[in-house]
Amino acid sequence: MEEIRTTDYTDDYPRWKEEYKSTYKILIPDMLPWHFAIIEGLLRQEGYDVEILKNSSRTVIDEGLKHVHNDTCYPCLCVVGQYIDALKSGKYDLDHTAVLISQSGGGCRASNYIPLIRKALKREFPQVPVISLNFSGLEKDSSFKIGAKLLLKLAYAVFYGDTLMWCYNQTRPYEVTPGDSDRARDELVREITDSFRGKRYKKFDEINSLIIDRFASVERKKERKVKVGIVGEIYVKYAYLGNNHLEQFLLSEDCEPVVPALMDFLLYCIVNNINDGYYYGRKGLVWRIYKLVYRIIHGKQKRVIKLFEKEGSFEPVHDFEHLRRCADKVINQGVKMGEGWLIPAEMAALAETGVENIVCAQPFGCLPNHIAGKGVIRTLKSLYKDENVVAVDYDPSATKVNQENRIKLMLATARENLAAKENK
Amino acid sequence: MARLLGIDVGSTTVKVVAIDEEGKILYKSYVRHFARVKETVIAELKNVLEKFPGSYSASITGSAGLGLSQRSGVAFVQEVQAAFTAIRKYYPDADAAVELGGEDAKIIFITGGTEQRMNGSCAGGTGAFIDQMATLLDISVDEMDKLSLSAERIYPIASRCGVFAKSDIQPLINQGAKKSDIAASIFQAVVDQTVSGLAQGRRIKGKVLFLGGPLHFIKGLGIAFKRTLNLDDEHAIFPEDAPCFMAIGCALHSVTVKEEELGSIISRIENAAGSDEIITGEPLFRDKREYTDFVARHRAKNLEFCEIEKYTGGAYLGIDSGSTTTKIILITPDCRILYSHYQSNNGQPLDIVIEKLTKVLSKFGDRIKILGSATTGYGEDLIKAAIKADFGIVETVAHFKAAMHFNPDVDFIIDIGGQDIKCFKIKNGAIDSIMLNEACSSGCGSFIQTFAKAMGMEIGEFAQKGLYAPHPVELGSRCTVFMNSAVKQAQKEGASVEDISAGLSSSIVKNAIYKVIRAASADELGDNIVVQGGTFLNDAVLRAFEKETGKQVIRPGIAGLMGAFGAALYAKENISGESKTITLEEFKNFSYKSMATNCHGCTSNCNINIITFSDGRKLVSGNKCERGAGLKPAGDELDIYAYKQKRLIECVKGTKGAKGRVGLPLQLGMYEQLPIWAGFFETLGFEVVLSDKSTRQLYFLGQHTVASDTACYPAKLMHGHIESLLNKGVDFIFLPCESYNIDEHCSVNHYNCPIVAYYPELLKANNERLNDDNFIMPYIDLNAAPSTVEKLYHTFRKYGIKKGDIKRALKEGFARLDAYHRDVAAKGDYILKRAEDLGKQAIVLAGRPYHLDPEINHGINKLLTSLGMAVLSEDAVYAKGNLVKVNVLNQWTYHARLYRAADFCAHNDNVNLVQLVSFGCGLDAITTDEVRAILEKNGKLYTQIKIDEINNLGVVKIRLRSMLAAIEEAGRKKA
Repeated sequence: MEEIRTTDYTDDYPRWKEEYKSTYKILIPDMLPWHFAIIEGLLRQEGYDVEILKNSSRTVIDEGLKHVHNDTCYPCLCVVGQYIDALKSGKYDLDHTAVLISQSGGGCRASNYIPLIRKALKREFPQVPVISLNFSGLEKDSSFKIGAKLLLKLAYAVFYGDTLMWCYNQTRPYEVTPGDSDRARDELVREITDSFRGKRYKKFDEINSLIIDRFASVERKKERKVKVGIVGEIYVKYAYLGNNHLEQFLLSEDCEPVVPALMDFLLYCIVNNINDGYYYGRKGLVWRIYKLVYRIIHGKQKRVIKLFEKEGSFEPVHDFEHLRRCADKVINQGVKMGEGWLIPAEMAALAETGVENIVCAQPFGCLPNHIAGKGVIRTLKSLYKDENVVAVDYDPSATKVNQENRIKLMLATARENLAAKENK
Repeated sequence: MARLLGIDVGSTTVKVVAIDEEGKILYKSYVRHFARVKETVIAELKNVLEKFPGSYSASITGSAGLGLSQRSGVAFVQEVQAAFTAIRKYYPDADAAVELGGEDAKIIFITGGTEQRMNGSCAGGTGAFIDQMATLLDISVDEMDKLSLSAERIYPIASRCGVFAKSDIQPLINQGAKKSDIAASIFQAVVDQTVSGLAQGRRIKGKVLFLGGPLHFIKGLGIAFKRTLNLDDEHAIFPEDAPCFMAIGCALHSVTVKEEELGSIISRIENAAGSDEIITGEPLFRDKREYTDFVARHRAKNLEFCEIEKYTGGAYLGIDSGSTTTKIILITPDCRILYSHYQSNNGQPLDIVIEKLTKVLSKFGDRIKILGSATTGYGEDLIKAAIKADFGIVETVAHFKAAMHFNPDVDFIIDIGGQDIKCFKIKNGAIDSIMLNEACSSGCGSFIQTFAKAMGMEIGEFAQKGLYAPHPVELGSRCTVFMNSAVKQAQKEGASVEDISAGLSSSIVKNAIYKVIRAASADELGDNIVVQGGTFLNDAVLRAFEKETGKQVIRPGIAGLMGAFGAALYAKENISGESKTITLEEFKNFSYKSMATNCHGCTSNCNINIITFSDGRKLVSGNKCERGAGLKPAGDELDIYAYKQKRLIECVKGTKGAKGRVGLPLQLGMYEQLPIWAGFFETLGFEVVLSDKSTRQLYFLGQHTVASDTACYPAKLMHGHIESLLNKGVDFIFLPCESYNIDEHCSVNHYNCPIVAYYPELLKANNERLNDDNFIMPYIDLNAAPSTVEKLYHTFRKYGIKKGDIKRALKEGFARLDAYHRDVAAKGDYILKRAEDLGKQAIVLAGRPYHLDPEINHGINKLLTSLGMAVLSEDAVYAKGNLVKVNVLNQWTYHARLYRAADFCAHNDNVNLVQLVSFGCGLDAITTDEVRAILEKNGKLYTQIKIDEINNLGVVKIRLRSMLAAIEEAGRKKA
């Protein structure tokens, strides 16, 4: 075959080098405040000068609008806006600052955040490297090197963050003394972060129990509140900047927000690789490693569930195998782009654990969500009679009043359903 | 039980209802609030207080009521919930209710699983949309309603959102279609929008209630609903209280609320604080002085006037027949203005031109001789034919000519007109790149106008109000529908009219800079900026532009007339010999008749309009090809789209199969893989049945199963294809789910886009006629033969098919695909060669395989051939391009083709690229910038066309003609 030539249209960009570690500040956009607080702490212990960005003023969105294509998804716009706004603030030595973002490498355009961020930074901050955090071998020349030990620590941090978030959300709406739950959470974040200094973080049961017990000790009112699950695209599902402080809004509406665990998303990514083996014969060494990793993590998850059950105050986190079975009722696990089958799985699993009211959050025009979000609502309704889903689009110009009005409609139905159940 | 009070604060109206202890309605009212929400509510409540004092249990509902409720402490009930309460009381046997409000559309399904739905944030307004359309037609909504009753035909009008619909309606108006037909078509569009946007897979049937102001006052709308939903009088209920229905429900819902003296409720609302939630910017002008300086600076740039009464000699005539306004100018050979006219065309541009020209000619015709004339704008063809103008030029060229006159060094022109934004960069004295607003971000001038009217003001007055606004509201920079709700929110928060006006001016500017031009910073715009278009005549908009860009720009005094002026200049420069322009004598006997009909030249049956002039000449508009105009079409010899359309279908050999009939929906991925699956099934002994051709009718057929109204048009069309196959009674429909496309070895991965990959899941989940037996959608990866064979074997085992058969059938399928690819590439070579021999420009009309569908590309290929170009496609040429390394992650098979096709164009002089992009395609937000970069790095022009349901090629034509003009100019420079 004749050789085809290659034209290189790439622009040069600054690379991240491991040796920058000691001299650079790394900016990370916030997504899950308490998970990220723990991660921030542990990365600092590892010698990385990281900072989780909390800037969320209107200028963040404006900078995003100016620097990325408007049709690009909202999460990208928020993240770029946060970076630019921060870099412009004058707080950082621009020659010794880098930004970090995770990259999944799936068939969704989210895989393209890295080049889009580079493009956005190029004009004003050409010296700032963009670091990719990925496990797919992408961006080899500018990715964050994670050794086995750090990886393990991060995994523990995600588990602990999940337990923390899960307990907090079940405590805060019912606390007798306002502020008790926040206090418990803040203390725990400190203690967990400290545990990573030595070897204590490996005491999985001990730390999980610590979290569960601490929240269980918060005095709670015994009333029934409307529970609202939040599912959807990973960023707008979790990040307050992306979803206009959805959790707070739900709390202010006297609801209990139910936010599924971050570990489920990671397991979802792992399972997709395993499924590729079963579906398309992509079975190699890596595939066997994925299977092993899945077994280990899922085993840990089952431990957490056991601990929840033993203590007895809280609804345990979802079992990922249960989520997979839930997915199978609604959609094929082959739908693996974006959050894919995880969204219907979570919606079904929530319904099966008594959380029928759901906000399905997605960036406006999110392609996978056409199918795995809005597209499955009809199926879910036929499976779960009281399933009450509102799909909300997030977008730089979609107004809060519009979003809240739609959520309120869902809540009105939710309250009626709850009243009907209590009268039974 | 106490007396009940319901206050419904909508986006445009306030409804108040008081109900007495027995449940009798004491008081009800329905008034427009003109953005003065609080004042209107208080005035209405005072009416109640005067007539029926006492204490009430009160609640507020409605889209604009939330803020008022929060700040006054009066209870809030969600409006759909309110409606539901009232329905259960008054119409317990209703099955569904449709409620249209100012900007919301809602459907409540009552029986068969209660469900309440509201339009998504993109689905646009309804009541406000109808108002906007009425403004466009220059009639009142009442008149529009009356007219619609005598309609004879319905035009297809995009139903997704107001902006889209408008781009369909405007050309109809300009072509002289009957207002009655347009009115009825608008109502039909609202109905289609409601049905497709909200029903989402559920049929609206049984006894249906129609609620809300628009449905109550506009009979034509109700008729359209009844017709579309097949309802008789017994099943379509239009309650007498429809406009106040939510308020009634809201009142009924108040039973749980504590009683309170009405006077104290009023004072609570009166004392409700403004809120700090709205984001505000800096004032446009700090003081009067700043403004006068600004005005003086801009006044300096203008043309000189010449008194027409005293002038004798030659003159050049330029007419710009725009979408909403008509501009006429008459200049002397030394460019002084003799006469100018700027007028909203009220849907009758030709009448205005005739009237004004007759007047001028009859007054001064003996002294002034027209030496040359040119027309431009949307109505270019019509006006040119009517007045026998010497030239018709594309508007971008006209604007460039005019701008050059004011600043020969101009490097950036931005024109904001009534309906569109046009920007172009000038390089080396030629138009280098053109940016027009995509249908999504239109709005612009006419948006402010509609808004001004809603506030009860003229546009100039409204814009002027914003000049000294202390805290202009931040309204965002997207499509007008979003702006509408942003305005709504600002009103809710108590922003003043002044602040909103200033905010709107800034929004329009931001829309232009960040959405249309997509500039990262103002420096990208260039140094010599000329702004024009009627919208810039508003000082507030001009100031907002200067503030946003940080530059002083030139706004010629004739900013609104630049198109016409450019046309006149063009005529002056290019005329040779006598002008053929119509004379006064000819005018005296001039008249015309307009008739709408369908072209029967081919199966497309385009809607066309035939205008017959009194001298017997005819002008056809609305046609997509020459055939409609009664001409012989340019042959499709050099049109690869025509070739592929034919060749693709030939992949189905048409063998009758004993095993059964399989339906293949020809849309999305099937446009690429049809050869594989036709070969596969025919080899296995199935008869292959294709879905019907894509048409709007086909789309409507499946509209009720569309789950997400913001998906791309190809995806939404797929629903119709499925219905069509079901109606053909096939044994099963086959549509595989493929995360991975075929690896063509030019990208790091080879995904399909999420829509192509998984749309079968959505189809199956939302169409009650589909089940596991009649809809087969295996998950396969065609690159992995063993797993594919295995999967397909399990899928079709019940037909007694063996693994060996599957292998053989797949082999035949791939053989057909290879043959198809080879033939397309060979045809591409032939077209390239022929184009070169004939000295023709070749255009690679690049998109996705499914852009081959004439309903999706709207015949842009034919438009190109009619403009004298050869047409290629990305799949015909990409293999000739080099492999490319791009900045973005190159991981989708179809995108990889685009990049290589762009590289091919970059290295071939006579070949240019036009990229087709489906509205709503999130992935193309990434590809377009990359394709543009590849072309521009090689000094090539980039042209992008966004396509959707919009059936009107007017804007596309401007873009393509501008591109041609630029290519020609570049060619001349080189020569």
